[in-house]
Amino acid sequence: MGKLALSVRETARRVSAGEVNLEEHVASRLERMPRMDRDVHAFLYVAKEEAIERAREIQKRANRGEKLGRLAGVSLAIKDNICVKGMPATCASRILEGFVPPYDATVIEKIRREDGIIFGKANMDEFAMGNTTTSGAFGPTRNPWDLERVAGGSSGGSAAAVAASMTMLALGSDTGGSVRCPASYCSVVGLKPTYGAVSRYGVIPYANSLEQVGPIAKRVEDVALLFEIISGLDARDSTSARRTAAKRIEGVKGLRVGLIKEFFGEGIQEGVRKNVLDASAELDDLGAHTEWTSIRSLNYALAAYYIVAMAEASSNLSRYDGVRYGASLEKGSADWNAAFSKTRTECFGTEVKRRILLGTFVLSAGYYEAYYLKAQRARSLLRAEFKRAFEDFDILLGPTMPVLPPKLGDKVTPLEDYLIDVNTVPANLVGIPSISVPAGFTGGLPVGVQLMAPHFGEETLFSVAGAYQEATA
Amino acid sequence: MSVRGAAKGVKIGLEIHCQLTRLKTKLFCSCSSDYRDKDANELVCPTCFGIPGTLPVLNEKAVEFAIRIATALGCEVAGTTSFYRKNYFYPDLTKNYQISQYDKAGGVPIAAGGHVQLDKKKVRIRRIQLEEDPGKLTYEGTIEKSSYSLVDYNRAGVALVEIVTEPDFESAKEAKVFLEKLRAMVEALGVSDGELEGAMRCDANVSVAGGGRVEVKNISSFKEVEKALNYEILRQTTFSGTEPSGVNETRHWDERRSITISLRLKEGEQDYRYFPEPDLPAVALSREYVASVRRGTPEVPEARAKRYVEQYGVAKQIATELSRDEPLSRYFEETAEIAGKGPEVANWVMGDSRERIQKMLAGEGKRVPPQGLADLLRLVDQGKATRDQARRVFREMLDTGKSAEELAGNADVGVLSDEHAVEQLVDKVLKESDVAGEAKDNPKAFNYLVGQVLRAERKADPKVVARIIRKKLS
Repeated sequence: MGKLALSVRETARRVSAGEVNLEEHVASRLERMPRMDRDVHAFLYVAKEEAIERAREIQKRANRGEKLGRLAGVSLAIKDNICVKGMPATCASRILEGFVPPYDATVIEKIRREDGIIFGKANMDEFAMGNTTTSGAFGPTRNPWDLERVAGGSSGGSAAAVAASMTMLALGSDTGGSVRCPASYCSVVGLKPTYGAVSRYGVIPYANSLEQVGPIAKRVEDVALLFEIISGLDARDSTSARRTAAKRIEGVKGLRVGLIKEFFGEGIQEGVRKNVLDASAELDDLGAHTEWTSIRSLNYALAAYYIVAMAEASSNLSRYDGVRYGASLEKGSADWNAAFSKTRTECFGTEVKRRILLGTFVLSAGYYEAYYLKAQRARSLLRAEFKRAFEDFDILLGPTMPVLPPKLGDKVTPLEDYLIDVNTVPANLVGIPSISVPAGFTGGLPVGVQLMAPHFGEETLFSVAGAYQEATA
Repeated sequence: MSVRGAAKGVKIGLEIHCQLTRLKTKLFCSCSSDYRDKDANELVCPTCFGIPGTLPVLNEKAVEFAIRIATALGCEVAGTTSFYRKNYFYPDLTKNYQISQYDKAGGVPIAAGGHVQLDKKKVRIRRIQLEEDPGKLTYEGTIEKSSYSLVDYNRAGVALVEIVTEPDFESAKEAKVFLEKLRAMVEALGVSDGELEGAMRCDANVSVAGGGRVEVKNISSFKEVEKALNYEILRQTTFSGTEPSGVNETRHWDERRSITISLRLKEGEQDYRYFPEPDLPAVALSREYVASVRRGTPEVPEARAKRYVEQYGVAKQIATELSRDEPLSRYFEETAEIAGKGPEVANWVMGDSRERIQKMLAGEGKRVPPQGLADLLRLVDQGKATRDQARRVFREMLDTGKSAEELAGNADVGVLSDEHAVEQLVDKVLKESDVAGEAKDNPKAFNYLVGQVLRAERKADPKVVARIIRKKLS
């Protein structure tokens, strides 16, 4: 693993053993941060004072010989839709400018308990709606591998921070691929956990029934560790679940891998196809049995995803009206309706407004059955078909993204933009875990391979993805 | 208002919002729901204030309380119930949607069906659902003229049970009787203090034959319900042509002016874009769970009255009145169990001593346990005291805390049933009285004579006195 950076475990060990001057180390990193992040723009907020203070406090406990947490001294970037007490949370939207959450998300409490150090809040597409991290109100994030290109999204800041070694770890959120897409474009590892595995308490919602907080790191083992830390039943999130012991598969020998035919269809770029097929060949070399398989209802996935996501979003985003927090353009107006409209019209971006409008439409009387209920039926169909597929295969494999990272400013229609989520949305609709792992480069640009497992099959993903990464790093 | 009760073809359906005030905390967070007389926006947390990222967690006790109401109304409790979002923009909503329940589009409210028996008719209950209360807007002056509004979110998230009736009422009076019954019911169930201001609120759908359906909102108390409905019936029946007729409409009850004011026409139903609340999984209500809640549900007055008639042989009217007073009912039952004489005990606690017993049960004066009253009744039974004496003894028991036996030792207590002695007393009274002549045919005069004898001798047995007077007169 020579090419990879120090692991989280090793870093925490060194910090615990007092082998690092943590305070000095963190201070110098954050001192250089503005310069490091000038071109990439991974951060919306750098928590310099808080991080140094935290490092000092951890250092003190290390010096006293106290046992430290599993993330002792490890740096993290947190997507800006996850609430960290005392740090702004804007979701890259003007409508939340000035909003500072008065509480920590459950995942943040867990990270603090393990002595992780939060370096700041990471850039994203506005309200996590997008796959480029260019739609936010505070400027785009650029791909550290090619500054002309997008970092992917919506957790682009999180993936770019890790890829550019600004932090060791990051948290993103994945509603339809928002962790895996930027992980793929930035050549890092990103996990979308099983729905319910990680508490959503404190995560500002885009589409509640689809999203999960997901860890991002360079190494599979670090993603696994961070997942281990942030997951678990949470009384504050009624949709969270106790992880049931899924059948765990160790290593790759005898592993049954299903290559999803639909993921290699129309629209896939040649370089991506080649690298992903190479990855499956690599797994075969390690002892797996790869076979082609087809999941026919995948044809409905994209449409179902956008209907459900936009419907939930239209309701979730209603609360931003300028009355209680965030931007408010018409304070003291006599006509609340006009005041709400003005704030919402001017402070939401174009894509967010498009999705609110579409979501409002699909929930309207007379259309609800034709769209929302039909989408839910498609979702059930997809779930059933994946369940059947997992009777034949231990994991399913395909490209994370069908394309290489596009250039900033490439003109695409909203529909073309939605279409490139085609491979990532199924895992969200079905609720299964999915991981994106770097599968080399083509033409100097990163490619990601996506592995999917049955519900709560994260350990299997870590085992296979870890073996693959070790063999190819 | 001359049309009262006279209008034909009146149909009224009610939607009652009942706060579960006995819950102590809100429906989806642990904030106190005791918002009355508090400073504005004091009882809020990130969840009920709608801070982004917070999630609702269902108060399980609220489910239990809703099932109690469903039980009392004879509703069928759902096997699985789900929450829906009702989307609309309004400044009193912290999320601009209300977490509620829905009976269409796959939604299942916590209970449906059921009925309440009024004197002459059955009022059908359509459904019961759980939902959160919005905050409270305050206007400067009136709702139409105010140039701004202030909002207090203390009430936001307080648990409500919405009870929807079928349009089975034909007059304002019926609606009022129903509501009073309902209030007594939720109080007896231990789920709500219905008399608290705003704890029970009501919207009404009113239509008069041939006319449109008018929803009257903002009726703040039951006192106002009858007024508002009568006004609305009058308005619809004597409609002058200056306002639209035959259309569906929402009107607002202006308590100060005692009129309804049009808020908006309902051309189409307002579109609330209901969809399943993705933050709350459906709640499975197993039969065992529902049965255990039912077992723990306090008896409502209606059921109690029925039981008193059947189990203790109490007269229906007395049973009905008695069962409305919960402490008195308990006292009655315990005494009746010991004394074994239902109708007599009922007469006793509902008779002249009723107020004294109620005061005692409220903690005033000395306590006379059910056993004490039963002992006293036994003395009467055994002919050791007259009823009159017993009443006096009971008052003394309440004053002194002494037992019936102790007080019965008193010289005043005892029964003179010696026929000869009584006859002498009767003769004396008959001789001195001017009404003796007419007493044979006039019960009033007869009772007067009995009273005169008893006045002369308090220990005389009234039954014996009456018999002897009757004998003498015939």
